[in-house]
Amino acid sequence: MKTTIAHLKRGQRALIKEITSDRIPLKLLEMGCLPGNEVELIQTAPFQCPMYLMINGSHLAIRKDIAAQIEVQII
Amino acid sequence: MAKPIKVSLLGNPNTGKTSVFNLLTGLNQQVGNYPGITVEKKEGVCKLSKGVKAHILDLPGTYSLNASSLDENVVIELLLNKNDIDFPDVAVVVSDVENLKRNLLLFTQIKDLEIPTILVINMADRMKRRGITLDIPLLEKELNTKIALVSARKKEGIDTLKALIESYTLLPKTPCLQALSFAPDYFKKLQKTFPNQSLYKLWLVITQDVNFRKVDKQEYVTTPDFKIKSESELKRLQQKETIKRYQFINNVLKKALVIDEKAATGMRAKLDKILTHQFWGYFIFFGILLVIFQAIYDWSSYPMDMIDEAFAWLSETTKSILPSGPFVDLITEGIIPGLGGIVIFIPQIAFLFLFISILEESGYMSRVVFLMDRIMRRFGLSGKSVVPLVSGTACAIPAVMATRNIESWKERLITILVVPFTTCSARLPVYLIIIALVIPDKKIGWIFGYQSLTLMFLYFLGFATAIAAAWLLHRILKMKSTSYFVIEMPDYKIPLFKNVIINVVEKTKAFVLGAGKIILAISIILWVLASYGPNENFSNAQEIVTGQFTDLSEEEQKKKIASYKLEHSFIGYAGKAIEPLVAPLGYDWKIGIGIISSFAAREVFVGTLATIYSVGSEEDETIKNRMAAEVNPVLGGPLFNFASGISLLLFYAFAMQCMSTLAIVKRETNSWKWPVIQLVSMSILAYGVALIAYQILK
Repeated sequence: MKTTIAHLKRGQRALIKEITSDRIPLKLLEMGCLPGNEVELIQTAPFQCPMYLMINGSHLAIRKDIAAQIEVQII
Repeated sequence: MAKPIKVSLLGNPNTGKTSVFNLLTGLNQQVGNYPGITVEKKEGVCKLSKGVKAHILDLPGTYSLNASSLDENVVIELLLNKNDIDFPDVAVVVSDVENLKRNLLLFTQIKDLEIPTILVINMADRMKRRGITLDIPLLEKELNTKIALVSARKKEGIDTLKALIESYTLLPKTPCLQALSFAPDYFKKLQKTFPNQSLYKLWLVITQDVNFRKVDKQEYVTTPDFKIKSESELKRLQQKETIKRYQFINNVLKKALVIDEKAATGMRAKLDKILTHQFWGYFIFFGILLVIFQAIYDWSSYPMDMIDEAFAWLSETTKSILPSGPFVDLITEGIIPGLGGIVIFIPQIAFLFLFISILEESGYMSRVVFLMDRIMRRFGLSGKSVVPLVSGTACAIPAVMATRNIESWKERLITILVVPFTTCSARLPVYLIIIALVIPDKKIGWIFGYQSLTLMFLYFLGFATAIAAAWLLHRILKMKSTSYFVIEMPDYKIPLFKNVIINVVEKTKAFVLGAGKIILAISIILWVLASYGPNENFSNAQEIVTGQFTDLSEEEQKKKIASYKLEHSFIGYAGKAIEPLVAPLGYDWKIGIGIISSFAAREVFVGTLATIYSVGSEEDETIKNRMAAEVNPVLGGPLFNFASGISLLLFYAFAMQCMSTLAIVKRETNSWKWPVIQLVSMSILAYGVALIAYQILK
């Protein structure tokens, strides 16, 4: 199974692998969600959604269904 | 005098762009709309040295030139149209020192348009605390621009910025990177087809779904070279473009920016731990709401009493100074009470706007969006619907406009449809006066009064109905729309006093002027209708009454004459005609007139009653006292009692009585279908609930 942002635990960091799906909104890329960048899970709302992330120094929140499409490697 | 320099202010949301704008222009600003659309257009004038002026245009905040909303379209449309009257001589891109990496993306795109560009790095006061060091000369060289390091909070660096604006002709116009090198074949072909055009502009025209008035997109799109690219291929290319730009930015910042990681986190992390906590986050949010409503009710009661008395005094004094006659009566009985009915609510409305703008400025609102998204989604809404629903407590019009950043059309439509249920400030006048009349002024314990709890309940009722309606619409509406959700979580900031005040003043002014016009017109019409009658019953009122009641004192006789006249005036007959419709709800014909006139705007209700009741009355009285003295014509006893009061409160809680909101919904949904559905269904609901409430309670 692929590891994605949705698998992260609070405080865990990971590196974004490749963005393969074109279902991922361009806005997310523009906010720094790009291959090679670091992502950290800061907080989640109840039921793990949405997820509050720090990506490439930017703080943002996304829903779990999008998070599950971004493949990462945990560090 | 020299022509003013045209400046466009651009930047990501949350970079303090508005603070920079306020600093440049002071109170010298105007808020309007772009022609034909409802995007707010903020302009101002800034004085530079030696009589040179700059005309500053504050464009909507955007993350990039890839537009995904109407607000962002405005930016692209302007920047691509050299003939636009607002086309900038110089673009000022505002960035935030802590989010420089992300903010620079937009900067590189604007540089590609070959417009002279200044980079403002704002919030410089935070650098030391966050352990940030910047090599400005190196940045200027790499980015091929001039930089102004500004602290809007400490008012530093603005002179540098002004000087740069003044000497804008010296700024380099060339891009800072070759962004379009990721698909060489495609772009080579493109350039060959349109040799005279700027490549990046072409690329924007192709990729953006924007209505370019001056650019004929059709001509480009139908050209064979462009058809090669399918939508998903285009998206791939856009992704590549973004990656390319970030590579450049990362390389530049690697050399020019040093962050001491340990200093970088701290306050923010601590606050987030509590404010976004899975339990305490919600606890604090509802606590804040409670405090806000309590404050609105308690703090504003003092200035409100003063205003109420001042208007009663004004009306009385005018009456005694000016010679009597129909014109003076129009002023003292029609216009002054009508306006008083709206001016009195300025304190409350100002407080409401104050709190909302503090919540937004501090960065807390994004946390609320984060906390509420999951819950709201169950009801077919988005976490981002919370902002419209909360700002709907001020006014539904900006709230409907604030739905624009909701990505999914279905979630956005549902939000627009249910926002008018939230308790807007126009309902407040009605609620307050009815509550004061029918709810006892007692306290539970020593903090919460029955009256403020009733008000809080009405706010809660508004939200609950909005949510319930959303749930229903979510089930009914069959619409497929892919939903994605991205929200920035900005750092916490202490709100800038100046920004908050300017916001409160602007919004309150707009509310009072907008409502004032309608109320003035309606109170004049009502006064005329109440002061003249169709038949001799009206003109002979004096003889009829004195003939019928011979044993009354002069004072009582006068009152009888006045009320007889009113009953037989034009408005009296109109009111009587609709009385059968409103009588089951516990209202008399005067309230009926109030309700009908408030379909233009809710707050008209109080002004209407004030005008109707003051016609023919002699004493120096406040509106509230006059209403308390009204007697139910059928049952006897006070007209405004618990049952009719509750029924009225509920009617106003549910009814869609605001023409401006209907107009804005029409514009935002681009069809009459939705506003008509809103009007009909909400009116039926209001009538039904008020009817049931009165019949049970009476």
